[in-house]
Amino acid sequence: MSPYARRRATNSLVLGLSLAATVFGLVWLAFIFWTLLRNGISAITLDLFVQTTPPPGSAGGLRNAIFGSLVMTLVATLVGSPIGILAGTFLAEYGRANPIASVVRFINDILLSAPSIIVGIFIYQLMVLQMGHFSAWAGAMALAMIVIPVVVRTTEDMLNLVPGSLREAAFALGTPKWKVIVMVTYRAAVQGMLTGVLLAVARISGETAPLLFTALNNQFWSTNMNAPMANLPVVIFQFALSPYKDWQSLAWGGALLITVAILVLNITARLLANLKSFAK
Amino acid sequence: MSTDANLQPTGPDRPQRFGAAQQSGNGAPAPTHAAIIAERAKAATAKVPAPPEKVLVRDLRFYYKQYEALKGINLGLRDKRVTAFIGPSGCGKSTLLRILNRIYQLYPEQRATGEVLVDGRNILDPKEDLNLLRAKIGMVFQKPTPFPMSIHDNVAFGIRLYEKLPPSELDARVESALRRAALWDEVKDKLKQSGLSLSGGQQQRLCIARAIAVKPEILLLDEPASALDPISTQRIEELINELKTDYCIVIVTHNMQQAARSSDYTAFMYLGELVEFDETEVIFTHPKNKRTEDYITGRFG
Repeated sequence: MSPYARRRATNSLVLGLSLAATVFGLVWLAFIFWTLLRNGISAITLDLFVQTTPPPGSAGGLRNAIFGSLVMTLVATLVGSPIGILAGTFLAEYGRANPIASVVRFINDILLSAPSIIVGIFIYQLMVLQMGHFSAWAGAMALAMIVIPVVVRTTEDMLNLVPGSLREAAFALGTPKWKVIVMVTYRAAVQGMLTGVLLAVARISGETAPLLFTALNNQFWSTNMNAPMANLPVVIFQFALSPYKDWQSLAWGGALLITVAILVLNITARLLANLKSFAK
Repeated sequence: MSTDANLQPTGPDRPQRFGAAQQSGNGAPAPTHAAIIAERAKAATAKVPAPPEKVLVRDLRFYYKQYEALKGINLGLRDKRVTAFIGPSGCGKSTLLRILNRIYQLYPEQRATGEVLVDGRNILDPKEDLNLLRAKIGMVFQKPTPFPMSIHDNVAFGIRLYEKLPPSELDARVESALRRAALWDEVKDKLKQSGLSLSGGQQQRLCIARAIAVKPEILLLDEPASALDPISTQRIEELINELKTDYCIVIVTHNMQQAARSSDYTAFMYLGELVEFDETEVIFTHPKNKRTEDYITGRFG
């Protein structure tokens, strides 16, 4: 076999292997989504959005759980994103040669990969035990703890992508450092930073473990942040494990709802990221 | 080579190019180009003493960590004149330029010793307010660096930092800066569009407009045309000629013709040293140093 023919054969082989690996991954993903659709689509009715979680054997929906998930995700994002953005800014703009920054960066990487149940237990110790009861605040704080490392990392990465020449140009006009960051660097990185926040939202909207220890669950409609609050992941967890057919059906519906929401968020994040390259 | 003779070039102050002297008698300069020539000729025939030195550099040494990139530079930059720094890559010409507005200070591993006197004040003094200094000393970089905002806001950015102007006055300042940068006619109908939507040459003129909008006293140009096509380059050079009536301009360039065309004084640098500094015409016609001659004739570098 000539060297050229061997190169071509190697190329075909590697191409075939990587194609097979891709297909293998996608098949399971499609399988999961198909199962979700098949079992969940019948549960997506108007009742799902206007009724609260029912006792076994009666009709109901997921209104309280949808509301709880939305509220806790929103609060967690509002608390976690600013902290994450500020810390990421410190790392990228002030911490290039700072030993404290390397420590912060290292700890953030550990937090980023920490099991979320640890975060749940941590907030349980810190808030639930102190307050004496489960609450939506505790749930939101646990989720915020998961948002922070994600946003820190993406913010730092996105700010590092902004060319140094742009910063130099702003400094060369006599711009104070904070203004360079806020008016030039942030503007150049805004889509990427927003994408990071959206990815963090997608990440926490499916988290179950931290909520089990903090917000717990509530079978009634409640808007009290100081009380336990229903939320989709915990309701799915409870209903899916139950022996009741109607609860299981609601769990499928809830799972489909979360999956579609995360899909939409991820697509939005992608579109935003593409918008950036369009602007360049 | 950096002796006192270099600080004070001898001979006629302004080199006479473009046959300027011959044209000095014919008045009526209608087109811009003719106006430039006439203007140059007038200054040349006037033979007034050269304007004072705006910037005096004394025994300037510069270090990247331990590496000495500038080895004791002495020179003076005259007001309302263009001084070009030439030399092979790595000779320290950009480094020298980046000291003049202390932009190197952004990088903690870089430091400078010696003196840079601007109007008699040593700007290397640690107590110097860098923001005020840089507002007074504009800089344009090799690659165009428009900010991610509208054309109008790009130019208004620096003005807003130090002046509170009513919108109408701000708009007038933006317009006049864009006009001086010869960009107004091309962008007047799209001031709200992103600065990134312009072509490379337009972006660079936008950056020049942004730099002169804050009315600096010194303008530092770091290879401002090296990324541009010949037509854009020519426009930038014309612009430099027009701007020097008001500013002390320093330009770093790899392009010999550009240095010869657009500067009044030229400094040739090599390996961190100032080899020769004189009027541009002298450097390009009767260089005193062998290395200068070799470089400008393309025999090394």
